[in-house]
Amino acid sequence: MANEKKGFFSVFLNGLIWENPTFTLMLGMCPTLAITTAGSNGIGMGLATTFVLVCSNLFISLLRKVIPDKVRIPAFIVVIASFVTILEMLLKAFLPDLSEALGMYIPLIVVNCIIFARAEAFAFKNGPVASVADGLGMGLGFTCAITILSCIRELLGNGTVFGAVVMPASYQPMGIMLNVPGGFVTLGLLLILVNAIKKLAAKKSAARKEGLA
Amino acid sequence: MNTYLTILVGSLLVNNFVMNKFLGICPFLGVSKKFDTALGMGLAVTFVMTLASFVSWLVEHFLLMPLDLTYLRTIAFILVIAVLVQVVEMALKKLSPSLYQALGVYLPLITTNCAVLGVAILNSDNGYNLLESTVSGCCAALGFTLAMVLFACIRERLALSRMPKWMDGFPGALITAGLMAVAFAGFGGLIS
Repeated sequence: MANEKKGFFSVFLNGLIWENPTFTLMLGMCPTLAITTAGSNGIGMGLATTFVLVCSNLFISLLRKVIPDKVRIPAFIVVIASFVTILEMLLKAFLPDLSEALGMYIPLIVVNCIIFARAEAFAFKNGPVASVADGLGMGLGFTCAITILSCIRELLGNGTVFGAVVMPASYQPMGIMLNVPGGFVTLGLLLILVNAIKKLAAKKSAARKEGLA
Repeated sequence: MNTYLTILVGSLLVNNFVMNKFLGICPFLGVSKKFDTALGMGLAVTFVMTLASFVSWLVEHFLLMPLDLTYLRTIAFILVIAVLVQVVEMALKKLSPSLYQALGVYLPLITTNCAVLGVAILNSDNGYNLLESTVSGCCAALGFTLAMVLFACIRERLALSRMPKWMDGFPGALITAGLMAVAFAGFGGLIS
């Protein structure tokens, strides 16, 4: 209920930063690790997921009074799977390159736990406006996180960022960064960094409060 | 016979779902703190995945293809899986309450395990026949179980050893998984 009173923007920021689905909630790990080998893939996957998340959040929140509590899980699945199918067809028609690069991970958006978790934890309990804000925030938070991750992996593994050569010609690309081990280790290191930044920010705000008192 | 051997070795070691395809990462990281739960989860997933491969092949070839509805593949497969998980849950409750108790909350979670939907989609993309689909589903799930159990063993040991504080929890688990993936990468090239 408390969320109902919060503004569109604060719900949005909550998803984008404070409860970032990748760094804080550790949801949706499969696409996070699997397709983050090039910056463009990261953005593409992120925006595709955001699209499904916003649509399904809106739909589920509009239908929340109609769907009986007992069959809510199958109902969520059908709503989410329908939007993923629409997305699959749109991508195949308008962005065939991206559709080729993401491959089977597009239908697998259906089982991305972020979408499911937000439907259950937020959209089913809140109004449509707040749910769209939550979908946008969570989706863009996911997009930012996997874009950062894929840029790091692309830079170290291929010497490029978004396909543009960045590293000097003498740089030896580390192929392992593009493989499975690189994905796990990069995310682990990134998580340590994010935790450290969060701790620092918490300390600073605590110090500021003490100063005011 | 050769195809089946290739599928077996391929999906158990070379193309291990977790260590090579990044499928089923959520349960892999989430329920791997203890050996027992990891094994239980692995076996439950094996059961559902084998059945799901079998049923989704039937659905695709006898329902979607004759009616020209193949674009509904994703929806059909996920519904099959959700129904199967529900049926397995009810059957276990009736037939083996002890196993049902042991698996507890992990059973319904299998629906959103991307390895299950992943294997159904892979089978259909590869054009396997009914038997090949079922075998590949079973082997992929055994590969998932293998990775899960190994990872749980490592994490049980890690919990007892001294780790730097900033590595506690997920960062440490991810880096451990990364090192394990290096080991699994050694199987690459076993089959061409």
